[in-house]
Amino acid sequence: MRGFGDSRRPQGAWPPHPGPLPGGEREGPLTLTLSPGGRGTWVAALPLPLLTACSGPQSMLDPAGTQAGHIGTMWWILFATCAAVYGIVMLWLLWALARRHRWVEPRGVLPVEEGRDRGLTFWLSVWVGGTVVILCGLVTASYAVDKSLTHLANREELAVEVEGMQWWWRIRYPDDDPSRSIATANEIHLPAGAPVRLKLKAQDVIHSLWIPNLHGKMDLIPGRENELFLVAEREGTYRGQCAEFCGLQHAHMALTVVVESPEDFNAWKEAQLAPAPEPASDEQKRGKAVFLSSACSMCHGIRGTTASASVAPDLTHLASRPTIAAGTLPYNRGNLAAWIADPQRIKPGNHMPLVGVPPPDLQALVAYLDSLK
Amino acid sequence: MSPKDSHPSDELRDGPGLNEDETCRRLERTWGTAPGLWGWLTTVDHKLIGRRYIVTGFVFFLLGGILALLMRLQLAQPEGTLVGPDRYNQIFSMHGTTMMFLFAVPIMEAMAVYLVPLMVGTRNIAFPRLNAFSYWVYLAGGIMLYVAFLLNTGPEAGWFSYVPLSGPEYSPGKRTDFWAQMITFTEVAALAVAVEVIVTVLKMRAPGMSLNRVPLFVWSMLVTSFMVVFAMPSIMLASSFLIMDRLIGTHFFNPAEGGDPLLWQHLFWFFGHPEVYIIFLPALGMVSSIVAAMARRPVFGHLPMVLALIATAFLGFGLWVHHMFATGLPRLGVSYFTAASMMIAIPSGIQIFCWIATLWDGQPQWRTPLLFVVGFVVIFVLGGLTGVMLASVPFDQQVHDTYFVVAHFHYVLIGGAVFPLFGAFYFWFPKITGRMLSERLGRWNFGLFFVGFNVAFFPMHLLGMVGMPRRVYTYPAELGWAGMNLTATIGALMIAAGVALFIVNVLVSLRGGRIAGPNPWGAGTLEWATSSPPPSYNFAHIPVVEGLEPLWDSRGRLPVVHGLRVEEREVLLTTVVDAHPDLREPSPRPTIWPLLSALAITVLFIGSIFTPSAVVWGSIPLAVGLIGWFWPKRSRTPTEPVVES
Amino acid sequence: MFSRCRPAASVLALCVLLLAACEREERAYRGEPVGEVKPGAIVQGTLYAGEPSPPPPQRREYEGNAYHISEGKRLFEWFNCSGCHAHGGGDIGPPLMDDTWIYGGELENIAATIVEGRPNGMPSFRSKIPDQQVWQLAAYVRSMQRAVRKDVAPGRDDHMSASPGEQSQPVQEAKPGGGTPPSSQGTGQ
Repeated sequence: MRGFGDSRRPQGAWPPHPGPLPGGEREGPLTLTLSPGGRGTWVAALPLPLLTACSGPQSMLDPAGTQAGHIGTMWWILFATCAAVYGIVMLWLLWALARRHRWVEPRGVLPVEEGRDRGLTFWLSVWVGGTVVILCGLVTASYAVDKSLTHLANREELAVEVEGMQWWWRIRYPDDDPSRSIATANEIHLPAGAPVRLKLKAQDVIHSLWIPNLHGKMDLIPGRENELFLVAEREGTYRGQCAEFCGLQHAHMALTVVVESPEDFNAWKEAQLAPAPEPASDEQKRGKAVFLSSACSMCHGIRGTTASASVAPDLTHLASRPTIAAGTLPYNRGNLAAWIADPQRIKPGNHMPLVGVPPPDLQALVAYLDSLK
Repeated sequence: MSPKDSHPSDELRDGPGLNEDETCRRLERTWGTAPGLWGWLTTVDHKLIGRRYIVTGFVFFLLGGILALLMRLQLAQPEGTLVGPDRYNQIFSMHGTTMMFLFAVPIMEAMAVYLVPLMVGTRNIAFPRLNAFSYWVYLAGGIMLYVAFLLNTGPEAGWFSYVPLSGPEYSPGKRTDFWAQMITFTEVAALAVAVEVIVTVLKMRAPGMSLNRVPLFVWSMLVTSFMVVFAMPSIMLASSFLIMDRLIGTHFFNPAEGGDPLLWQHLFWFFGHPEVYIIFLPALGMVSSIVAAMARRPVFGHLPMVLALIATAFLGFGLWVHHMFATGLPRLGVSYFTAASMMIAIPSGIQIFCWIATLWDGQPQWRTPLLFVVGFVVIFVLGGLTGVMLASVPFDQQVHDTYFVVAHFHYVLIGGAVFPLFGAFYFWFPKITGRMLSERLGRWNFGLFFVGFNVAFFPMHLLGMVGMPRRVYTYPAELGWAGMNLTATIGALMIAAGVALFIVNVLVSLRGGRIAGPNPWGAGTLEWATSSPPPSYNFAHIPVVEGLEPLWDSRGRLPVVHGLRVEEREVLLTTVVDAHPDLREPSPRPTIWPLLSALAITVLFIGSIFTPSAVVWGSIPLAVGLIGWFWPKRSRTPTEPVVES
Repeated sequence: MFSRCRPAASVLALCVLLLAACEREERAYRGEPVGEVKPGAIVQGTLYAGEPSPPPPQRREYEGNAYHISEGKRLFEWFNCSGCHAHGGGDIGPPLMDDTWIYGGELENIAATIVEGRPNGMPSFRSKIPDQQVWQLAAYVRSMQRAVRKDVAPGRDDHMSASPGEQSQPVQEAKPGGGTPPSSQGTGQ
């Protein structure tokens, strides 16, 4: 099993550096300046050897949590067993083909005399016996790993509610004191080493929460509540993604998981508890007015303002999040402006409409939203 | 053996009293299909319908393949812009639906429609009019789905159509309704063929072909047909629930009103998992036929092979939950399905052992069908082993719904079914057309397909483990999936080239291929006892079977029975277990009614997508069609018992 | 493939049906960014002076499209229209599933009502709801009285519901009238 507590950053850094829009220069109706150099990143990825891809922010082969570690062990057991069996079968197939093969037309049929197949029948029984033994071993191993995963579930220090929406994640940290419960979107912060219970719900269609570095996936099903227990061991930033087909933007339904020290986690939680800061500059004030008087406030809420809608992500601390649009774009002002200007071009079919904010208003709006740290 | 001698003397029967040429001429007049369009529309000859079925299924294979290429091109680079999410979702839904419902199951049944009556030595399939009806219904369903797709009404919720995404609230319009109704079409067709095959195998085998002498391909089709009969009702139920939820507001899948989205998944996978074996078991039968002919000896372990087929069929119904390991079902119940899923490796392992043992003990000849069988073993064993991995709940929780699973089931389905199918095309093409396919093109075809397949699908195992989920229309560049995706696309193009070569091979060989003769491979089963292509009546005289490989056992002189009428369509029925001659049974003549009934049911099915009253009004023309079909005719050839002497 | 055998008229009818299919299924998720909902004239009677003007293009685009109408249904809940109109049955606000319309029941009338607001409680959503969504909402409201085709009207939704969905409602033609909205009929007003 891999050692944990290794605090090195995973190789494929997530979130990526604030960069260009996906797909190179795609510009909305407003001319927005985007960071250059978008095209060709995929070409650069080509020569990477296959194996460097094994570790990464969204890889089950790079476990950063207890559960993922156990499952990783299970994988290596399965891999070794199956590779050995495959090797045996292939060697025998080669032998069988090489033994008496002919390139010519058929002439006769081999007579099958009484007793000719007796030897093969013996080996068939050996083969079946071997299969049964191997399968029993694998079933036992699988059951043992599964049991160890459920055993870990018994001690819970933190509960997080995850609700799958078309096409984003609503995250809540409930607290006995209702005023201390917090709501955010598309990011989960976890203290390293603490057993966590994720309560999984869905309102619209079935989604599936999958954070490969921490645990296997679990579905979020309307009308049901599922649970996922996990212990994140290694600090770092990981990526999770919806794994159950959920409609038009299933591909762009990701979330960021930040595993940090308990101190950092508490600091983050305290920051999230605060209402939105008041706008400081004139531009920000104007941006707030734009937000409250335009279509934004029909769906989004910002605590501390009159915007209280809750059908879309809460924006109270938008600027503290690593990504926007459920992991589609890294958070920065340029991407935010591009997103608001034309969300349907970046994530076609998502529920954020093309509002058509005039450019000066857009700049002010972005300035205000960027102040919501 | 000679049939009872109580018939009027003016009735002609095949036998010593009639010379050979005269027998064949009269049989051709009795069983032949009328020339022209009318004959084409009314025929009930299992060979014509089977050929049609095969060609149609292959056309759907090509269409599904084109859709696959579109997907691979879209995914060749991150943030691809070839198609948008809406079109992509339709494309992948159509790809899965086409391959599963319009290609794999129908083409396997088509092979059975063509081959089973020949292999059991009878003149036509049981219920030949139902057979014609089945084809027309299948064709109508396939055309309906593709017309809908071209009109932007293709299914968008995947071939699995999970509710609530496919339900009335999240799939507006008629896209999912067309999908659900396509299910109804293809399942009606599949059930019809299953019933025909079961009856043909159990009641129409040549005298002497007791159950222990039934060829493995026929066994596999018999087992498959029973699986169809038990699995398909589940999906028809599910798709009818879905249509009712969508059209008349029932609440089968609405959690707020006491329904449950998981009900869909249970019903769907109770069909969906056996479906895999419905596709895969016929392929095993094909492999057995090819291995025996190529290794020049009967397949080792006929009995274990048959038992393995039956065991697979039973187990196949007991492991559907392994598609639902991530839905949060109770752990203990889930563990049972782990064990059941792994257990199915035992019968599969037995079959793999028996084939390799046959090759090991025989004298394998390197002909194209054998190449495809070797490709099958190499690929399928790998797919089977990843299947064993997926049975482990913890591991499945990681790779479920990722490209690992995509790789796994393409290894199982392409490796396990399409490779044997191509081998079967090469193997039986001479029987169907009378000409051999080119060996040289065949080797290239195999090479491109085999290499392309592994280039396309092997990297997907790793892709899934490093995080790429299924059914995404694009992916970000930062996650490092681009290289493997591009590799996969290149592999897909190689597969396309391989399939294109196959088509070239078929077209070239149809005109200029070497004339095959009745038995080009020197194989031992009954279909090789008649000419290539077989005459409309299949066999001038019904053969008598004395062993597992009748042509090998009889050393060239196949015994026959006499006494079936030559002026009327008549088949010989035998007993279920021992295949003793039992009855002479009239076999239906060509008629237009199956086509008219199929058209009527098409109108009913398509109408009921839009309004429930179509079920009421549409049943009137359907009733007319069925009345015409079953209108009692004064039978001139009553069923007669056959007496052994 | 069967259409060849049929008379030209049924071919034509089939083409019309097929075109309707294309229109029904389009997913136009990116509406025009700029534009303004033109207020439609309030219809108070069935008699007009002069030639009737052709219906605006939005009617076809939105009323004939299942996706737009289903989006309208989603927004109807998201924007809490049900808070006053109670799933169309009427509560504080007038019912929307019957055939009487105080301020006109055509698509553009309803859109104008949403944008401009009406006396006695209907707020104005000008600049709060983008144009495309206004049209989607209006088209959905039209579907409540089945003023749209059955094959584009929504089915049941995944919630507690007593109705089998808009597509199963009886067809009703909009007629002007209706008089005073319920909100102004209370004793205190």
